[in-house]
Amino acid sequence: MFRRILALTIKEFIGMLKNKKSRMVLILPPIAQIIVFGYAATFDLRDVPVAIYNEDQGDISRDVIARFEGSRAFRIIDNLDSDDEIAPVINLQKALVVLHFHREFSKNMLSGRPGELQVILDGRNSNTALIALNYVQTIIADFNRQWAADHSMPSAPARLVVRSWFNRMLDSHWFIIPGIVALLTIVVTLEVTALSVAKEREAGTFDQLLVTPMTPFEILVGKSLPGMIIGLIEGTFIIFVTCFWFDIPLRGSLLVLYSGLFTFLLSAIGIGLMISSISLTQQQGLMGAFMFLVPSVVLSGFATPIANMPKFVQDLTLLNPMRYILVIVRSVFLQGAGFELLWTQYIPMAVIGIVSLAVAAMLFKRRLY
Amino acid sequence: MGRTSETRLSFMRLKGLIWKETKQIVRDPSSIGIAFFLPVALLLIFGYGVSLDAEHVPIGIVIEQPGPEANDFAAGFRDSDFFDPVFYESVQDAEKDLIERKIMGLVWTRSDFARTLLSGTTAPIGVIVNGVDANQARIVEGYITGVWIKWLSSYALSHGKPLSLPVNIKHRIWFNSAVRSRNFLVPGLVAVIMTLIGGMLTSMVVAREWERGTMEALLVTPVRIREIILSKVIPYFILGMGGMLLSVYISIVVFDVPFRGSYLALGFASALFMLTAIALGLIISTAAGNQFVAGQIAIVITFLPAFMLSGFVFDINSMPVPIQVITYTVSARYFVSILQTLFLAGDIWPIYLVNCLWLAIMAFIFFLIIKKKSHKRLI
Amino acid sequence: MDQAQSWQDDFCIEVSGLTKTFGSDDKIITALDNCSFKVKSGMVTGLIGPDGAGKTTFMRLCAGLLVPDEGEIKVLGMDAVRDFLKVQSNIRYMPQRFGLYEDLTVQENLDLYSDLLGIPKERRQERYEILMRMTGLAPFKQRLAGRLSGGMKQKLGLACTLIKPPRLLILDEPTVGVDPVSRRELWEIVYSQVEEEGMSVLLSTAYLDEAERCQEVILMHEGHTLGQGVPSEFSQKLDGHCFMLDPGSIPKRSLQRELANRDEVIDCIILGEKIRLVTIDTLDSSQVKQIFQLPDEVEVAHAPPRFEDAFIWLLKERLISLGRDVKLKVITHKKISDLPDEDIIVVKNLKRRFGNFYAVNGISFTVKRGEVFGLLGANGAGKTTTFRMLCGLLPASEGELYVAGENLRKARAKARERIGYMAQKFSLYVDLTVIQNLNFFSSAYGLYGKKQRERVEWALDAFDLRQEANTLSRDLPLGFKQRLALAAALMHEPDILFLDEPTSGVDPLARRQFWAHINSLADAGVTIMVTTHFMEEAEYCDRIVIMKRGKILAEGTPEELKKKYHPPGVDNPTMEDTFITLIEMKET
Repeated sequence: MFRRILALTIKEFIGMLKNKKSRMVLILPPIAQIIVFGYAATFDLRDVPVAIYNEDQGDISRDVIARFEGSRAFRIIDNLDSDDEIAPVINLQKALVVLHFHREFSKNMLSGRPGELQVILDGRNSNTALIALNYVQTIIADFNRQWAADHSMPSAPARLVVRSWFNRMLDSHWFIIPGIVALLTIVVTLEVTALSVAKEREAGTFDQLLVTPMTPFEILVGKSLPGMIIGLIEGTFIIFVTCFWFDIPLRGSLLVLYSGLFTFLLSAIGIGLMISSISLTQQQGLMGAFMFLVPSVVLSGFATPIANMPKFVQDLTLLNPMRYILVIVRSVFLQGAGFELLWTQYIPMAVIGIVSLAVAAMLFKRRLY
Repeated sequence: MGRTSETRLSFMRLKGLIWKETKQIVRDPSSIGIAFFLPVALLLIFGYGVSLDAEHVPIGIVIEQPGPEANDFAAGFRDSDFFDPVFYESVQDAEKDLIERKIMGLVWTRSDFARTLLSGTTAPIGVIVNGVDANQARIVEGYITGVWIKWLSSYALSHGKPLSLPVNIKHRIWFNSAVRSRNFLVPGLVAVIMTLIGGMLTSMVVAREWERGTMEALLVTPVRIREIILSKVIPYFILGMGGMLLSVYISIVVFDVPFRGSYLALGFASALFMLTAIALGLIISTAAGNQFVAGQIAIVITFLPAFMLSGFVFDINSMPVPIQVITYTVSARYFVSILQTLFLAGDIWPIYLVNCLWLAIMAFIFFLIIKKKSHKRLI
Repeated sequence: MDQAQSWQDDFCIEVSGLTKTFGSDDKIITALDNCSFKVKSGMVTGLIGPDGAGKTTFMRLCAGLLVPDEGEIKVLGMDAVRDFLKVQSNIRYMPQRFGLYEDLTVQENLDLYSDLLGIPKERRQERYEILMRMTGLAPFKQRLAGRLSGGMKQKLGLACTLIKPPRLLILDEPTVGVDPVSRRELWEIVYSQVEEEGMSVLLSTAYLDEAERCQEVILMHEGHTLGQGVPSEFSQKLDGHCFMLDPGSIPKRSLQRELANRDEVIDCIILGEKIRLVTIDTLDSSQVKQIFQLPDEVEVAHAPPRFEDAFIWLLKERLISLGRDVKLKVITHKKISDLPDEDIIVVKNLKRRFGNFYAVNGISFTVKRGEVFGLLGANGAGKTTTFRMLCGLLPASEGELYVAGENLRKARAKARERIGYMAQKFSLYVDLTVIQNLNFFSSAYGLYGKKQRERVEWALDAFDLRQEANTLSRDLPLGFKQRLALAAALMHEPDILFLDEPTSGVDPLARRQFWAHINSLADAGVTIMVTTHFMEEAEYCDRIVIMKRGKILAEGTPEELKKKYHPPGVDNPTMEDTFITLIEMKET
């Protein structure tokens, strides 16, 4: 039995790697995706275009502006001379932020009253606007602290001492890139498994396989192994890039990480083979994989948190293996979490894997005809 | 011999081809499905699934020594829609829950909180956020700061000395003052989804004709290649516009996104964009030669770039320059910009026209490529 | 139309020095190699040759769909390269796979082509009626083209090309996959057009018996033309070379095998109980007996030459001039000699239902060990369904099914170890090399170690695959693919071999080689079950059943059937005559 499974696995591999095109499909997308995702997918802003409308007659506003000039996050693109210019500069997306210093800004501050700074933001992408506002607030808060100290003003009665654990600089790459490990492995695994049976059906080789004494179980295992092996190899590749190219700390143990990857691949393969045994043609397999992949990526917490979704969608995500592996990968990478923290994430994936493999095997037997 | 009409378009042939294409669409549930079911399903999934607005964030409040001041401060979290506070008596318990992802962050007032406040020195309030999701952490931090400032001013007021900050920020977020992320995500999604739909609809159709051998038979008739191209573009254009209309309707009605521009402008831009999407699909289709490869390429080269590089969620300006350059070749980028402007800001003609111009240029180039790539010959 | 008729020229297609290659640097395939010939106007010209002869490439070149590497093509006096648009407007072309829109109805397909050809609305009705009458499609006007049978699809495809009768009609294998009855009707339509409209027709076919229906044929092989002329001229040259041998009690297969490889012989095949022999020299019966040292009980009689004989002759000459071996190979197989008369396949009242439709509706037959058993029928007769049930690929809805003594409804896996199966189209892994395929299938059948190595070696030698051992099976010529598929099915030395249309598309020599293998297997006691479209192949079988609409119409040896069902007035019926007679008889 093992010999037959092994023969099938070897055959699958030769078939997959022999052909230049299919080799490309396995190698190019992961590289392209990790570069694009790695660099493009970030919520951190750089060079936010800022327009300054400075009505202030004193000098303090210039000190404030200097702080903006010194920040990597902002780039001053224009100085405005009147109220009327604010709307066009925002409307035309020339500036994302307009800083409006009031006429009495310096005067008020020198006399101990608050200097008023109006911040106008383009809310067409409200997330970007919020982040930019956050940056503005940070710069102003710094300035305020300095000012209060220099002018021996009474300080606020309480202040926040903020620390962020696991990602001190709150670099969103640290969040996105480990997630890519999960994303790419599921894409590759589905590609390998979801088409494997359909491809043979189309070519007529499946019949040829079925008339041999191989049992459906043997075929199933033989078809699963390549997905598992390729998934693990590509996963390793991406983990490697994550650690050594993007310099993201791997704080937990590889054992915990790989157990997670293994369970995750099991569930992905189960689902892939399920799709494959339903589809009669490769095209159906492809559509099926796509139909599964898109929601499972969107609803996994890969880019946006599950907690923000409506309740019923949150419940739906419990069926999504990606949700669990993302937690595992990120916790292991950034938090150094071990099994005692993560065991609740392994179980659902294992259940999904076993159930879907069983269903695949059943469909498989039924669709023999 | 008949007239030399080799280069002239024939209305009868074109009508016959369009009629044929239309019937095929009607009889093939998959194209109707792709045009109508898929955008609705995707829009709903994304619309509900993709939200950056944190609400009811579980947050730990550690009050080591309850007292009126600390309780007042904590009340700020209880009253906020952003937070679902969980109370702890010791910071160790809270930290444990933070590690176990039960809470996103914790706010910690020490036992000497009240005493320090009264003494006139600054009382530290400890804040720890879980930085794994950096974006979310930053948003939570911002919310906590908001609660803190609110508390500060009311505390100052109740002690008779109004809070005075050296620089006081007043912010206004235009176009989306409630900062609903759905308002910008949903229009962006419409662009992403329609890129995919347009590409998928057409990428398969030419490939299908080659695969089934019908193209070969078609070519050896008096038909002109332009007639074949037009007969593919027109029905799928109408179908795609139908899907677009449906998506816009869902955006406005289901997701309550305001629409501040004019429908005419929306229609025109959508039409231009649809042309680029369909043209891209046709290019893929002509290049791929079979439906399977065409479908695969369509997903890879339409969907992913539209999702990642159109600026619909990730800010283009913040990307490294080489990647920014690539975004110029993604037609969804222009359409995202148009849609976000039309929906949230209104008809801002300079932006609208520049982006339309880009779309028109892209459509033109795509059709040139199609013209060059397709001939009445097999190779 | 008047113009079309008045247009007079001797040749509708003229090509000279035509060469066309495909492929990239690493693998160049020459589809046509310096071909020069002329196709006469106003008649049916057949392009005859096996797969890979270059027929389709030639037709596409004529239709202006391809550009030649070298040479000239003139179609209806126009340059098919420069004026391809004009050519495409003036000829009609039916590609191999109908070129119909399967999701449009019959009527809609006709309408589309009327639009494309610019037929005025008021003239259409009249033309449609003529075409419908001709094709017998009138009752199916509203049916989707995809729901038509293979034969009807071809007729509709033909009708679409005839909406506006062209001066030149090019048909690429119009009769492939079509049962003999529909095939005959297609030919009638084609000839009526040639006579009524003065049309020129160029059609290609791999069926050699169809060549005799053409007024002129061009024989092709691997991009070369082997000859051109009237079919009967080709066969007349072999008058006096053809003989029918009645072997009496001598085993026909071993006799055939012995004769086939003699240098004096062009061709030797089994026809029912008899053996047909074609010699290189003109001989008489007694000379035949003498030269081949035939025992007295063998009766030798002259037989009329057929077109196929001439084709084989030309083909062999060409292959020999290319230095290739044309001798038939024999393979060895372990002798299964115990209980020769055992019924190895027993089918009782077998039924298979799909929804409300019975694809197989109560058939019964038995196959004895060592028999070559044929399953024949028109498209949709239920052959393939029956076959799949016998192989255990499809469960039966009702009835009993024993294969190699195992009840297939219960012990499917056990029975599978004793059968070999070769599917209709080549269905081994095209991404794997020959040796990888053999290794895989031998492992799948549970072979390993020394035994496995032995069997793989055996397969490479017996099927002459050693030179191609490391070639991707995708790149193999069709004949090699067939041998590889057969080898893979025999890795585990099965008792029963199932062959589903094993030789469609291969050239006649490859088919003979293939049957030589089959015959040696049958001699070793392997039971062979075969489905086929080639009526001639049916004659290689010991016994056949003919199916229609899920039922068995007739069962018996080819001789018995030919005697029992032959068309009135025909003394020496072919299997095809018998088949058509039988089908039509049961129709009424």
